[in-house]
Amino acid sequence: MSELLETLSGKLHEKFGSNLIKASMDYDFPVFLIEKNSLIEILTYLKTDPEMGFNFLTTLCGVHTPNNTGAEFGVMYQLQNMEKNWRIRLKITMPEDDLKVPTLTVLWPAANWMERQEYDFFGFNFTGHPDLRRILNMDEMNYFPMRKQYPLEDAGREDKDDKFFGR
Amino acid sequence: MIEKHNIKTDSPEKEYSTLNLGPTHPATHGIFQNILKMDGEIVMHAEPTIGYIHRAFEKIAEHRPYYQITTLTDRMNYCSSPINNLGWHMTVEKLIGCEVPKRAQYLRVIIMELARISDHVICDTIIGQDTGATTGFLYFFQMREKIYEIYEEICGARLTTNIGRIGGLERDFTPKAWQKLEAFMVEFPKYLKEFQSLIERNRIFMDRTIGCGPITIEKALSYGFTGPNLRAAGLDYDVRVANPYSSYEDFDFKIPVGKSGDTYDRFMVRLQEMWESVSIIRQAIDKMPEGPFHADVPDFYLPEKQDVYSKMEALIYHFKIVMGETDVPKGEVYHAVEGGNGELGFYLISDGGRAPFRLHFRRPCFVYYQAYPEMIVGGLLSDAILTMSSMNVIAGELDA
Repeated sequence: MSELLETLSGKLHEKFGSNLIKASMDYDFPVFLIEKNSLIEILTYLKTDPEMGFNFLTTLCGVHTPNNTGAEFGVMYQLQNMEKNWRIRLKITMPEDDLKVPTLTVLWPAANWMERQEYDFFGFNFTGHPDLRRILNMDEMNYFPMRKQYPLEDAGREDKDDKFFGR
Repeated sequence: MIEKHNIKTDSPEKEYSTLNLGPTHPATHGIFQNILKMDGEIVMHAEPTIGYIHRAFEKIAEHRPYYQITTLTDRMNYCSSPINNLGWHMTVEKLIGCEVPKRAQYLRVIIMELARISDHVICDTIIGQDTGATTGFLYFFQMREKIYEIYEEICGARLTTNIGRIGGLERDFTPKAWQKLEAFMVEFPKYLKEFQSLIERNRIFMDRTIGCGPITIEKALSYGFTGPNLRAAGLDYDVRVANPYSSYEDFDFKIPVGKSGDTYDRFMVRLQEMWESVSIIRQAIDKMPEGPFHADVPDFYLPEKQDVYSKMEALIYHFKIVMGETDVPKGEVYHAVEGGNGELGFYLISDGGRAPFRLHFRRPCFVYYQAYPEMIVGGLLSDAILTMSSMNVIAGELDA
């Protein structure tokens, strides 16, 4: 799989220059950190270029890393080329005050509910999404529960606090 | 020359009747709602609403030690919970770099294929049930009971199994489990053959299902279909073959594919997959290697109870594991298994803490269920019911 990383990072670097920030191997996955603004451009290339052929969106999910100043939120996308059995992961990061992410529904209709779910959990604003509503939680909910500042249980509860485990 | 006359009516546009299919409807086999706009018997528009049994698994998982997350995965696709359990264990094993002994891998293959059979038994008999063939449902469904009895011998539970442990299995198969498995392997093919001959070429069933809720291969790919539903549309993609896990590369099996992606093809793909699963289990039993049934990972695998009572070291490890004090490497892994209804993926970010930093489940039916409105619009209501049952949408997995 590391040959795939080399070929892909070479191609992406050649085509998109500095929009490819970092390319690395994470276990068995080639991972590319890319610039948020060029997301659609890069994914369109990966999907439509006959040499690439990443025509399957496996999954996408958001992540909240509050300690990572300037890049508190991130989204990862996993693409797949079933014919050649390639899988890659692309990541974008963004600061807390700018949660706009271009929608992938223009490329894959499958992104519709996946993006709704991440909006529901984290509050990403997928610009251009045809129907950006909550999907799993109730519509009246006024916060985004997967953000790290929201505790799982009653915040007053102390018996499950990490301090009892020496952390 | 013919003059065209446009007929004018007072009403601006046609009025459709609204039909609430669900949330609790006997034909939806789970809790989800579809608001249908009907023109007589024809579905003109469908609006699915999901989330009725959302239990925030991804949030809960961020607050639990690794071994406690297994019980969350049970409750996703509860028709084949062992696949979810073992898929999760394999994800953690990938993260910690643990090599599972061959015997444990083969035992896992047997368990996972039993789970696949039970999943397909449910789905296929329910397709039969929804077309009016109740016999198959009542008669063939006994086989699921037999599989649950085998689970019971292996792990003590039936539906939410919590089967296996990080590093292997909690115990080897007991002689009684082998006995039950052997009995099942003799009995099941007979039942399957009977069920197949009852329904496969049944004129009424064929008329009812061929061309019902079809999907093209391009559409299926763009909607993220995986598993039997994608294979029914004609693409031979199976995670067991593409990215083999748990020694699936040692077994010889075919991937059945359909052609038109309609209800009949989905039914047939599952039916053939059951035969393949039987063959895989047979091969696994015949080739079963000797050896330990779990890896030597004391940081994750609970020591023998007897040792915990008598040995200092075992007690320490037991305490460390139960209190979630073991060190986990930092990293990100994605591991996919072929679940009962598609590619079940676990995306795990570990920051070295006692719980995952982020755990995302790629739930196959959440991804492909969004194609449902497109598949049923323009068809009859009774076809919509059939399409839903043939897609094998499991509410627990849909809502996570």
